Amino acid sequence: MSPEPSRLALRFKPENASFKAKVAELSGEEIDLCFQCGACSSGCPLTAEMDLLPSKVIRYVQLGEEAVLESKTIWVCSTCFNCEVRCPRGIDIANVMEALRQLMLRKKYDRVSLDALEPEELRGLPQIAIISNLRKLTA
Amino acid sequence: MRLPYYPGCTLKTTAQNFEESALASARALGVELVELPRWNCCGTVHALAKDDVMHYLAPIRNLIRVEEMAESGLVDEKRVVTLCAMCYNTLKRANAVVKEDQEKMQKVREIMERENPYGGSVQVVHLLQVLRDLDWSKVADRVERPLKGLRVAPYYGCLLLRPRGFGIDDVDNPQVMERLLEALGAEVVNIPFKTKCCGAYHTVQMKEVVAELSHRILDQASSAGADMVATACPLCEYNLGPRQEEVKKLFRGFAPLPVVYFTQLMALAFGLEEATGFEQNDPDPRPALRARGLLKEES
Repeated sequence: MSPEPSRLALRFKPENASFKAKVAELSGEEIDLCFQCGACSSGCPLTAEMDLLPSKVIRYVQLGEEAVLESKTIWVCSTCFNCEVRCPRGIDIANVMEALRQLMLRKKYDRVSLDALEPEELRGLPQIAIISNLRKLTA
Repeated sequence: MRLPYYPGCTLKTTAQNFEESALASARALGVELVELPRWNCCGTVHALAKDDVMHYLAPIRNLIRVEEMAESGLVDEKRVVTLCAMCYNTLKRANAVVKEDQEKMQKVREIMERENPYGGSVQVVHLLQVLRDLDWSKVADRVERPLKGLRVAPYYGCLLLRPRGFGIDDVDNPQVMERLLEALGAEVVNIPFKTKCCGAYHTVQMKEVVAELSHRILDQASSAGADMVATACPLCEYNLGPRQEEVKKLFRGFAPLPVVYFTQLMALAFGLEEATGFEQNDPDPRPALRARGLLKEES
């Protein structure tokens, strides 16, 4: 996702309050505690695959910018909780990522499909991989 | 000591070597792991969304089985032992949430009205914690074939340690596998990435990304002179082990490094070779073990 510069709200807009509140409620996290230190992003093992750093995802949510739902990052996060143990403000960033995924999945969005895999490849995968993958990435 | 044991799905298929070696080694230490009757998949991942109730049913149903087992005298305690790191995390966290959140507990009971209501009396542990509680000297005393000269890099991954408050050991510098390996006579090889993610379930659609992450972990281990990596998670084992086929495609000159379950090394050291199941590991750890004189030469 690469939003046009004009879509970037640098100040919180009151009309974005409901999205921000929804993410806060689903994740159980106090989003405004984040002061953008970047510790989550520096410890994240998957940033090379992300379009937005985890700390930027949190900033989008602070601003209530729903465009964050189009980010690849929320699907690349592997819920390893490295960010959670690094955050000096006590935010469980993985919970926020999950809330954002849920907002998409609950609209019947499937990020992945096993149909894309060769049957032979699918047979070689342990159940633990398939079940967790579908739990995280499909509606 | 008879303890309830929750295997989880993968322990019955691609990780049979994990289960067999764990059950045999525990028995050798006087711990009988009694499998839960009618257990079901835990769901593999904890339900993080605060309003989620549905995904608590699977883990909690297993905890009901534990209470029933204790009630009928099949086990001595309500401490349920797990082997798989993901099962450990999922059961542990679901248990913690429903004990804390009475409203959620009530909903779970209502939905599962045909089950006995969960009493919240179960404690979820991992086998490594049970071993630590026994005392390492007891483990060392049982060793028949010390793993002398074997250099092993412990790899914990994510869900045995995180998030904070749910791990089996220190979140930054866990030592439980190190102490076990020392008790078995092996040499511990430290790697900076022992708690970094292997890519987990992305192995399904993003195997190249998993190969990148696995390579970093494996390369640290082999460059530090490890003969093999030890793990406690069937998904880590898959990503670090069989996924080396993908690592080879990305990194020219990559030398395969065996990845084993800590329980396999325990069974080997205890002289329970028939329960080690090394033939199921990929890459094969047996040549490295023969080179250290820990397995007989191939006939």
